[in-house]
Amino acid sequence: MKRVFVRWLTHRSRIPPVLRLSLAVVLAALAAVGLAAPASQGQQSLGGAPSGEVNPPSKSPEPPGPGDPTKTFPDSPALRIEGYNLYQQGCSSCHGISLEGTAGVAPSLRGVGAGPVDFYLSTGRMPLEQPREEPLRNEPAYDRSQIDALIAFISSYGGPAAPTADPSRGDLALGFHAFTLNCAGCHQIVARGGITVNAQAPDLEETTPQQIAEAVRMGPYLMPHFDATAIDQHTLDSIARYVLWTRHPDDAGGWGIYNIGPIPEGMVAWFIGLAALVLVARLIGERMDEPV
Amino acid sequence: MNLVERYVHRRFERASRSAEQRVGLAGAVKWALRYVFPDHWSFLLGEIALYSFMVLVVTGIFLTLYYVPSDAQVIYHGSYALLYGEQMSEAYRSVLNLSVDVPAGLLFRQVHHWAADVFIASIVLHLMRVFFTGAYRKPRDFNYFIGLTMLMLAILEGFAGYSLVDDLLSGMGLAIAYSVAMSIPFVGGQLASLVWGGPFPGRSVFWPRLEIVHVLIIPAALALLITLHLAMIMRQHHSQFPGPGRRERNVVGTPMWPAYALRSIGLMLAVGGVLFLLGGLIQINPIWQWGPYHPYLSENGAQPDWYIGWLIGALRLMPNWELVIAGRTVIPNPFWGGAAFPLFVFVVLFAWPAIERRITGDVLRHDLLDRPRDRPIRTAIGAAFLSWVVIVFAVGSTDRIFYRMGISYTTQIHVWRVGIWVLPILVFFITRSACRSLQRAEAHPLRAWQGNVVRRTPAGGVEVLSDSPDRSVPPISEPPVGTLPGSES
Ligand code: HEC
Ligand code: HEC
Repeated sequence: MKRVFVRWLTHRSRIPPVLRLSLAVVLAALAAVGLAAPASQGQQSLGGAPSGEVNPPSKSPEPPGPGDPTKTFPDSPALRIEGYNLYQQGCSSCHGISLEGTAGVAPSLRGVGAGPVDFYLSTGRMPLEQPREEPLRNEPAYDRSQIDALIAFISSYGGPAAPTADPSRGDLALGFHAFTLNCAGCHQIVARGGITVNAQAPDLEETTPQQIAEAVRMGPYLMPHFDATAIDQHTLDSIARYVLWTRHPDDAGGWGIYNIGPIPEGMVAWFIGLAALVLVARLIGERMDEPV
Repeated sequence: MNLVERYVHRRFERASRSAEQRVGLAGAVKWALRYVFPDHWSFLLGEIALYSFMVLVVTGIFLTLYYVPSDAQVIYHGSYALLYGEQMSEAYRSVLNLSVDVPAGLLFRQVHHWAADVFIASIVLHLMRVFFTGAYRKPRDFNYFIGLTMLMLAILEGFAGYSLVDDLLSGMGLAIAYSVAMSIPFVGGQLASLVWGGPFPGRSVFWPRLEIVHVLIIPAALALLITLHLAMIMRQHHSQFPGPGRRERNVVGTPMWPAYALRSIGLMLAVGGVLFLLGGLIQINPIWQWGPYHPYLSENGAQPDWYIGWLIGALRLMPNWELVIAGRTVIPNPFWGGAAFPLFVFVVLFAWPAIERRITGDVLRHDLLDRPRDRPIRTAIGAAFLSWVVIVFAVGSTDRIFYRMGISYTTQIHVWRVGIWVLPILVFFITRSACRSLQRAEAHPLRAWQGNVVRRTPAGGVEVLSDSPDRSVPPISEPPVGTLPGSES
């Protein structure tokens, strides 16, 4: 490896030495920055506080408002036992043998209830691979009956009932309004996703209404949670309806180019519009038979 | 003369006669019709901009008929269900109605917007052509300044149009513009309240002002400058690439009538066609999906049109430096990225002809263009400068890159804060050596040589050497015509 590098630097080649030297400088600089950057980023995300020994606080999900519909999941002693087994295999290494959590690794799951468990498992966010990474949507690691088992087991430690949302009872205009007000700042206005400080706010193209309700009440990762006074059940239903609508928005203007605005528009202007015109110019701009 | 040529000639005679009888301008008309355009496709890039501008004016007139420059708040009761009952400004409502209810309204809006994006893109491309071929040298430097001025005006014009709509994106853009205006040292506060009529989002007077700037003042200025630009070209004649028979004081090419005019009209139709196709088929700025702006709203990933993207990139890239003297912030941070950076870029562009004269000591008049490869240093400097601006531009979309590719935002910013200085240097050396090797090989990247190398056999026949080693090399390479003192190589 070292020999190759030295040869590359000293060998006579058609690349001028100046160029090779500057290439080496660039690579070195990029490597240095690459090494330095994540470190400073880590500091930023923790606000400069020493990392480690704090137990991530468990989020207590907001209960559904009084009289609001809830989602019930199957429950039976056999299911709880299956859930116990799955939990010990897949989750206890981080969340602790008896759901108490692990300092500096994962929050306690006591009293989170069914909603967060359903959300994290049905979106494939849990089990995490690395405790420090952002949980991202993934292929679920468990099938539905296994998820139900884990829900039955974990919610046997108590916690609020799981919220739910029914888009068919929602109002599209209200949903658009409420989404603009509460969610677009992170998820983009047509729910195409975006970024927040050191986290991604995912697009909502695969989310189910059930997951939307759970996410809104619980606030996964850096997302805030909303209680029933901030977003009541009707608004929640409406938001769910709006989110379903964003998958096929009314692109009256033609091809929607993903509905995120100017970045793809600029690309179309340059690489389709102007490119086509330059091609025309090239074709008609001069007599082809002329010697050049 | 064949039949067609005779016909065309007769029409030409008749046209000049009829002009002579009415306005006595036969001489001028003849001169104009016989004006010779050099034959090279890249001379048409500026015409793309010209014709986009025409499309902008035509579609813009249509839009003006419907636009209401007012921030008076109304409740929407129109036909678009998703916004029913929503509070919005009259300005936004007028554009919403135009998009949703007026027949062909959306088409015209979209064509107008695409035309704006393509207009500025083609100016930039035209500028690159002018730069890399040295067309800005004396005596055309003055016209080059007009071109740069038009580019600045076009960017301003585009931003004004984008802002007029008062949808969520334009409101967020104006908020940034306001903070940049405020950041200008000493005069910023006054300037901002002069333009906006008060603190953001401004008083109602702001909207009619913005409209007049967008539909009258800047377009009129552009039209005037375009006229000047073209008149200067006609007067000084086009520059041309060196070639057989082409000298400093002649132009070899195609006369305006009958050939070039048809070519140009063809291009005009193509520009109109492409822009209307874009406007009819690809959606741009769907304001009904963004919703109206209110100062307490924002959305993730909001972006300006591409020609403002470099300023967003600069704002992001700039470290958090501010100039604080005696506890007073004299230069707030947005000034660097939002005002100082574009100012610097344009100052460099304006100063370049003088800088080059200074470096090369070449103060002669030049009517022959340079091939980019024949001036490796200039080409390399231009490419490096371009890459510098393009990087800043690309940084404007770091959030989407983070989102799409998962490269952390802060990492990207850190990398680019170094890359922005290192990469252009690299580009400089690569371009310079590419120019030099092209010069040596005399190969044209876009027009590989297509002939055959033949050899006369002793028997008198001709033998085609189809396996000549490098088919991109023509057998006889003339030295480039018109190399002048001060050129490298
Ligand atoms: C502060 C920014 C922020 C706001 C405001 C916000 N979210 Fe989120 N949201 C996030 C983040 C970050 C995630 C990803 C969480 C994770 O990775 O575990 C997320 C995840 C979600 C998910 C899961 C998506 C999936 O595909 O698995 C849904 C659904 C969701 N949010 C809905 C909403 C709704 C509805 C609102 C408005 C009421 C909202 N969010 C407001 C940041 C936000
Ligand atoms: C690699 C460690 C790890 C493993 C394994 C893991 N988790 Fe987690 N879990 C975490 C971390 C870290 C969080 C906090 C994430 C956050 O803040 O969004 C979390 C959060 C949760 C939450 C949300 C808690 C709250 O505060 O509301 C639930 C529910 C959850 N995990 C369930 C599970 C289940 C069920 C499994 C097993 C299938 C599992 N986890 C496996 C690390 C892990």
